[in-house]
Amino acid sequence: MKTIHIEYFAILREQADRASESLITDAATAEALFQELQAAHGFAAPRNFKVAINDEFSVWAAELQDGDRVVFIPPVAGG
Amino acid sequence: MFDLTEDPISIATLTEQLRDETCGAFVSFDGWVRNHNEGQQVLRLEYESYQALAVKEGDKILAEALQRFPVARIACVHRTGSLEIGDAAVWVGVSAAHRGEAFDACRYVIDEVKLRVPIWKKEHYVDGDSGWVNCEACAAANHNHDHS
Repeated sequence: MKTIHIEYFAILREQADRASESLITDAATAEALFQELQAAHGFAAPRNFKVAINDEFSVWAAELQDGDRVVFIPPVAGG
Repeated sequence: MFDLTEDPISIATLTEQLRDETCGAFVSFDGWVRNHNEGQQVLRLEYESYQALAVKEGDKILAEALQRFPVARIACVHRTGSLEIGDAAVWVGVSAAHRGEAFDACRYVIDEVKLRVPIWKKEHYVDGDSGWVNCEACAAANHNHDHS
């Protein structure tokens, strides 16, 4: 088991009804973590979402380490 | 340098910072909050950013532009928080020896910022509804969730 810190923005912050949380989890990858959180918070399917680990863009298959900070990134809309 | 601010963008100050005696051209882009989108009347917008990664990715885009185009200086600032119709949401400025490169670099920066920097906008409509732009599927799911 490891502790993962998750920060939520935009639509995910609203759907999770929180800006962040820490989770003790068995999730091996960013993708597995999203699925676990999706079940808990009822997130929509992550169409065109990206993922960042420790403030760097990463990949869904990235293996999570104890203490990682993870952010799931819905389609951006700056400008 | 890429920056995020909750305050109005100080365009005059930013422009002065791009002044350079080797430059004969200065090009800038202002992105304003528009009163309509996709057929809906917009009242105001809220911008939210993932600050640490947004600044990192924004700086990366400016570095790419400086490498790709022979320009002297570039700056980009994006607002966050609640904005009204007509407010400047984003500003890009480029100074260069000649105008062609300045136009090209400015276009590159605003296009890449819109595509890559983790900033989101929520539109509040005249009819009372609201929605996260570019996230129709998630918005639809959220809408159903609200009424379940």
